Amino acid sequence: METNRYQPHQQSELSAAFDRFVTLREEMDRLLGSAFGSIGRPAGSFKSWSPPLDVYEDKDNFTVVVDLPGLKREKIDVSLREQNLTVSGERTPEENPGEQGFRAERFYGSFQRTVKLPAQVDPSTVKASYQDGILKVVLPKAEAAKPKQIAVSVN
Amino acid sequence: MNEQFAPSERRQEMATRQSNQFYFTPLVDVQSTPENIVLRAEMAGVDKTGLEITVEDGNLVLVGRRSPLNVSGDPIYAERSAVDYRRVYELDPSIDTDKITARIEDGILTVTLPKAERVKPRKIALE
Repeated sequence: METNRYQPHQQSELSAAFDRFVTLREEMDRLLGSAFGSIGRPAGSFKSWSPPLDVYEDKDNFTVVVDLPGLKREKIDVSLREQNLTVSGERTPEENPGEQGFRAERFYGSFQRTVKLPAQVDPSTVKASYQDGILKVVLPKAEAAKPKQIAVSVN
Repeated sequence: MNEQFAPSERRQEMATRQSNQFYFTPLVDVQSTPENIVLRAEMAGVDKTGLEITVEDGNLVLVGRRSPLNVSGDPIYAERSAVDYRRVYELDPSIDTDKITARIEDGILTVTLPKAERVKPRKIALE
Protein backbone atom coordinates (compact mmCIF):
# COMPACT_ATOMS: atom_id res chain seq x y z
CA MET A 1 0.00 0.00 0.00
CA GLU A 2 1.21 3.48 -0.77
CA THR A 3 0.45 6.71 0.96
CA ASN A 4 0.92 9.97 -0.63
CA ARG A 5 1.76 13.08 1.32
CA TYR A 6 2.22 15.47 -1.52
CA GLN A 7 1.05 18.98 -0.92
CA PRO A 8 -0.01 20.82 -4.05
CA HIS A 9 -0.68 24.12 -2.33
CA GLN A 10 0.98 27.40 -2.93
CA GLN A 11 3.95 27.98 -0.68
CA SER A 12 4.12 31.29 1.10
CA GLU A 13 7.27 33.39 1.04
CA LEU A 14 7.66 33.06 4.78
CA SER A 15 7.42 29.27 4.75
CA ALA A 16 9.86 29.18 1.82
CA ALA A 17 12.27 31.24 3.92
CA PHE A 18 11.90 28.83 6.85
CA ASP A 19 12.48 25.91 4.52
CA ARG A 20 15.65 27.51 3.16
CA PHE A 21 16.80 27.96 6.72
CA VAL A 22 16.07 24.32 7.55
CA THR A 23 17.89 23.15 4.43
CA LEU A 24 20.85 25.32 5.42
CA ARG A 25 20.78 23.88 8.91
CA GLU A 26 20.73 20.34 7.51
CA GLU A 27 23.69 21.17 5.33
CA MET A 28 25.53 22.57 8.36
CA ASP A 29 24.65 19.46 10.38
CA ARG A 30 26.06 17.31 7.61
CA LEU A 31 29.29 19.33 7.46
CA LEU A 32 29.70 19.29 11.22
CA GLY A 33 28.89 15.61 11.47
CA SER A 34 25.54 16.37 13.04
CA ALA A 35 27.19 17.73 16.16
CA PHE A 36 23.96 19.17 17.50
CA GLY A 37 21.72 16.21 16.87
CA SER A 38 18.41 16.58 15.17
CA ILE A 39 16.62 19.62 16.44
CA GLY A 40 13.67 21.32 14.86
CA ARG A 41 11.59 20.19 11.95
CA PRO A 42 12.45 18.61 8.61
CA ALA A 43 12.46 20.79 5.49
CA GLY A 44 9.05 21.14 3.91
CA SER A 45 7.16 20.99 7.18
CA PHE A 46 6.48 24.70 7.32
CA LYS A 47 4.34 25.01 4.23
CA SER A 48 1.31 23.04 5.29
CA TRP A 49 0.15 20.38 7.66
CA SER A 50 -0.45 16.74 7.18
CA PRO A 51 -2.85 15.06 9.60
CA PRO A 52 -1.95 11.55 10.82
CA LEU A 53 -3.90 8.69 9.27
CA ASP A 54 -4.54 5.01 10.06
CA VAL A 55 -5.97 2.28 7.83
CA TYR A 56 -7.72 -0.76 9.30
CA GLU A 57 -8.86 -3.85 7.46
CA ASP A 58 -11.29 -6.60 8.33
CA LYS A 59 -13.03 -9.24 6.22
CA ASP A 60 -15.54 -6.84 4.65
CA ASN A 61 -14.26 -3.30 5.07
CA PHE A 62 -11.37 -0.92 5.08
CA THR A 63 -11.61 1.83 7.66
CA VAL A 64 -9.55 4.99 7.28
CA VAL A 65 -9.15 7.11 10.43
CA VAL A 66 -7.76 10.66 10.32
CA ASP A 67 -7.11 12.99 13.27
CA LEU A 68 -8.67 16.31 12.27
CA PRO A 69 -9.30 18.27 15.45
CA GLY A 70 -10.96 21.65 15.06
CA LEU A 71 -12.33 21.33 11.55
CA LYS A 72 -15.78 22.40 10.51
CA ARG A 73 -17.70 19.44 9.12
CA GLU A 74 -18.43 21.29 5.88
CA LYS A 75 -14.73 22.05 5.38
CA ILE A 76 -13.82 18.35 5.09
CA ASP A 77 -13.85 16.80 1.64
CA VAL A 78 -13.70 13.03 1.11
CA SER A 79 -13.44 11.63 -2.41
CA LEU A 80 -12.75 8.24 -3.91
CA ARG A 81 -11.23 7.59 -7.31
CA GLU A 82 -10.92 3.88 -7.93
CA GLN A 83 -8.75 2.67 -5.04
CA ASN A 84 -7.50 6.11 -4.08
CA LEU A 85 -9.19 7.78 -1.16
CA THR A 86 -8.44 11.48 -0.81
CA VAL A 87 -9.24 13.50 2.29
CA SER A 88 -8.74 17.24 2.00
CA GLY A 89 -9.93 20.37 3.70
CA GLU A 90 -9.02 23.56 5.40
CA ARG A 91 -8.67 24.55 9.03
CA THR A 92 -9.30 28.14 10.02
CA PRO A 93 -8.29 29.65 13.37
CA GLU A 94 -11.05 30.05 15.97
CA GLU A 95 -10.31 33.71 16.31
CA ASN A 96 -12.17 36.02 18.59
CA PRO A 97 -11.85 39.77 18.33
CA GLY A 98 -9.46 41.31 20.79
CA GLU A 99 -7.29 38.24 21.16
CA GLN A 100 -3.56 38.52 20.87
CA GLY A 101 -1.59 35.37 20.35
CA PHE A 102 1.53 34.77 22.28
CA ARG A 103 2.22 31.18 21.55
CA ALA A 104 1.03 29.41 18.42
CA GLU A 105 1.89 25.76 17.84
CA ARG A 106 -1.11 24.56 15.87
CA PHE A 107 -1.31 24.37 12.09
CA TYR A 108 -3.91 26.10 9.98
CA GLY A 109 -4.71 26.13 6.30
CA SER A 110 -5.25 23.47 3.68
CA PHE A 111 -4.24 19.85 3.82
CA GLN A 112 -4.59 16.86 1.55
CA ARG A 113 -3.93 13.20 2.17
CA THR A 114 -4.34 10.42 -0.38
CA VAL A 115 -4.19 6.75 0.44
CA LYS A 116 -4.27 3.90 -2.05
CA LEU A 117 -6.31 1.03 -0.67
CA PRO A 118 -4.93 -2.45 -1.30
CA ALA A 119 -8.14 -3.74 -2.94
CA GLN A 120 -11.21 -2.56 -4.86
CA VAL A 121 -13.98 -1.00 -2.81
CA ASP A 122 -17.65 -0.46 -3.53
CA PRO A 123 -17.95 3.32 -4.05
CA SER A 124 -21.74 3.40 -3.56
CA THR A 125 -21.63 2.24 0.07
CA VAL A 126 -18.76 4.33 1.47
CA LYS A 127 -19.68 6.03 4.75
CA ALA A 128 -17.87 8.89 6.47
CA SER A 129 -18.43 10.23 9.97
CA TYR A 130 -16.77 12.98 12.02
CA GLN A 131 -16.82 12.96 15.80
CA ASP A 132 -14.60 14.50 18.49
CA GLY A 133 -12.18 15.68 15.82
CA ILE A 134 -11.73 12.27 14.22
CA LEU A 135 -12.80 11.48 10.67
CA LYS A 136 -13.69 7.86 10.07
CA VAL A 137 -14.35 6.54 6.56
CA VAL A 138 -15.68 2.99 6.19
CA LEU A 139 -15.17 1.56 2.71
CA PRO A 140 -16.81 -1.82 2.06
CA LYS A 141 -14.73 -4.08 -0.17
CA ALA A 142 -16.05 -4.86 -3.62
CA GLU A 143 -17.46 -8.39 -3.88
CA ALA A 144 -14.58 -9.43 -6.11
CA ALA A 145 -12.04 -8.36 -3.47
CA LYS A 146 -13.55 -10.24 -0.54
CA PRO A 147 -11.93 -13.44 0.63
CA LYS A 148 -13.87 -16.51 -0.44
CA GLN A 149 -14.21 -19.81 1.19
CA ILE A 150 -13.44 -22.53 -1.30
CA ALA A 151 -14.56 -25.98 -0.39
CA VAL A 152 -11.89 -28.48 -1.12
CA SER A 153 -13.02 -32.02 -1.47
CA VAL A 154 -10.43 -34.59 -0.62
CA ASN A 155 -10.76 -37.83 -2.46
CA MET B 1 5.64 47.82 29.74
CA ASN B 2 6.16 44.12 29.61
CA GLU B 3 3.20 41.85 29.60
CA GLN B 4 3.41 38.95 31.96
CA PHE B 5 3.15 35.71 30.02
CA ALA B 6 0.76 33.92 32.28
CA PRO B 7 0.87 30.22 31.43
CA SER B 8 4.55 29.52 31.09
CA GLU B 9 5.90 26.38 29.57
CA ARG B 10 6.76 23.41 31.72
CA ARG B 11 7.35 20.65 29.22
CA GLN B 12 7.81 20.92 25.52
CA GLU B 13 8.59 17.36 24.51
CA MET B 14 6.36 15.50 22.08
CA ALA B 15 5.63 12.88 24.69
CA THR B 16 6.08 12.75 28.44
CA ARG B 17 6.19 9.96 30.96
CA GLN B 18 4.32 10.24 34.20
CA SER B 19 4.51 7.37 36.71
CA ASN B 20 4.96 4.67 34.09
CA GLN B 21 2.33 6.03 31.76
CA PHE B 22 3.18 7.73 28.49
CA TYR B 23 1.36 10.81 27.35
CA PHE B 24 1.23 12.65 24.09
CA THR B 25 1.83 16.40 24.33
CA PRO B 26 -0.99 18.19 22.52
CA LEU B 27 -0.35 21.23 20.33
CA VAL B 28 -1.65 24.35 22.05
CA ASP B 29 -2.30 27.93 20.96
CA VAL B 30 -2.26 30.53 23.74
CA GLN B 31 -4.04 33.82 23.30
CA SER B 32 -4.78 36.78 25.47
CA THR B 33 -7.69 39.15 25.72
CA PRO B 34 -8.04 42.02 28.20
CA GLU B 35 -10.18 39.70 30.38
CA ASN B 36 -8.78 36.22 29.81
CA ILE B 37 -5.96 33.97 28.75
CA VAL B 38 -7.34 31.37 26.32
CA LEU B 39 -5.68 28.00 25.67
CA ARG B 40 -6.77 25.86 22.73
CA ALA B 41 -5.40 22.32 22.75
CA GLU B 42 -5.77 19.74 20.02
CA MET B 43 -7.14 16.56 21.58
CA ALA B 44 -8.62 14.45 18.79
CA GLY B 45 -10.72 11.58 20.10
CA VAL B 46 -11.38 13.08 23.51
CA ASP B 47 -14.91 13.91 24.62
CA LYS B 48 -16.21 15.62 27.75
CA THR B 49 -16.02 12.45 29.84
CA GLY B 50 -12.34 11.96 29.06
CA LEU B 51 -11.19 15.34 30.34
CA GLU B 52 -9.41 15.89 33.64
CA ILE B 53 -8.46 19.47 34.32
CA THR B 54 -6.90 20.20 37.68
CA VAL B 55 -5.16 23.09 39.39
CA GLU B 56 -2.57 21.97 41.89
CA ASP B 57 0.44 23.78 43.38
CA GLY B 58 -0.08 26.66 41.00
CA ASN B 59 -0.01 24.37 37.98
CA LEU B 60 -2.77 23.81 35.48
CA VAL B 61 -2.79 20.15 34.47
CA LEU B 62 -4.67 19.19 31.32
CA VAL B 63 -5.30 15.49 30.74
CA GLY B 64 -7.40 14.12 27.89
CA ARG B 65 -8.24 10.43 27.69
CA ARG B 66 -9.25 9.13 24.29
CA SER B 67 -12.59 7.42 23.79
CA PRO B 68 -12.38 3.94 22.23
CA LEU B 69 -12.10 4.18 18.46
CA ASN B 70 -14.67 1.44 17.62
CA VAL B 71 -12.98 0.25 14.48
CA SER B 72 -13.17 -3.37 13.43
CA GLY B 73 -10.22 -5.23 11.99
CA ASP B 74 -6.47 -4.83 12.30
CA PRO B 75 -4.34 -1.82 11.45
CA ILE B 76 -2.53 -2.23 8.13
CA TYR B 77 -1.06 1.27 8.22
CA ALA B 78 -0.68 3.47 11.29
CA GLU B 79 0.54 7.01 11.92
CA ARG B 80 -1.82 8.10 14.69
CA SER B 81 -0.95 7.89 18.34
CA ALA B 82 -3.28 6.04 20.68
CA VAL B 83 -1.96 7.34 23.99
CA ASP B 84 -3.73 9.93 26.10
CA TYR B 85 -2.84 13.62 26.16
CA ARG B 86 -1.25 15.54 29.01
CA ARG B 87 0.21 18.99 29.36
CA VAL B 88 1.12 21.12 32.36
CA TYR B 89 1.22 24.91 32.56
CA GLU B 90 2.47 27.02 35.40
CA LEU B 91 -0.22 29.53 36.29
CA ASP B 92 0.56 33.17 36.75
CA PRO B 93 -0.60 34.45 40.16
CA SER B 94 -2.84 36.96 38.37
CA ILE B 95 -5.14 34.14 37.14
CA ASP B 96 -8.37 33.80 39.06
CA THR B 97 -8.26 30.00 39.46
CA ASP B 98 -11.82 29.76 40.85
CA LYS B 99 -13.25 30.99 37.59
CA ILE B 100 -11.40 28.80 35.08
CA THR B 101 -13.79 27.30 32.55
CA ALA B 102 -13.27 24.66 29.86
CA ARG B 103 -15.15 23.05 27.03
CA ILE B 104 -14.30 20.58 24.29
CA GLU B 105 -15.71 20.58 20.78
CA ASP B 106 -14.57 18.66 17.71
CA GLY B 107 -11.39 17.62 19.49
CA ILE B 108 -10.37 21.13 20.51
CA LEU B 109 -10.17 21.80 24.24
CA THR B 110 -10.69 25.48 25.04
CA VAL B 111 -9.65 26.59 28.53
CA THR B 112 -10.49 30.13 29.57
CA LEU B 113 -8.36 31.53 32.39
CA PRO B 114 -9.84 34.78 33.71
CA LYS B 115 -7.45 37.48 34.82
CA ALA B 116 -8.06 38.77 38.33
CA GLU B 117 -9.84 42.12 38.60
CA ARG B 118 -6.75 43.87 39.91
CA VAL B 119 -4.69 43.17 36.77
CA LYS B 120 -7.37 44.01 34.21
CA PRO B 121 -6.84 47.23 32.29
CA ARG B 122 -9.08 49.99 33.56
CA LYS B 123 -9.69 53.62 32.98
CA ILE B 124 -8.69 56.04 35.68
CA ALA B 125 -11.19 58.85 36.03
CA LEU B 126 -9.72 62.31 36.23
CA GLU B 127 -10.78 64.37 39.17
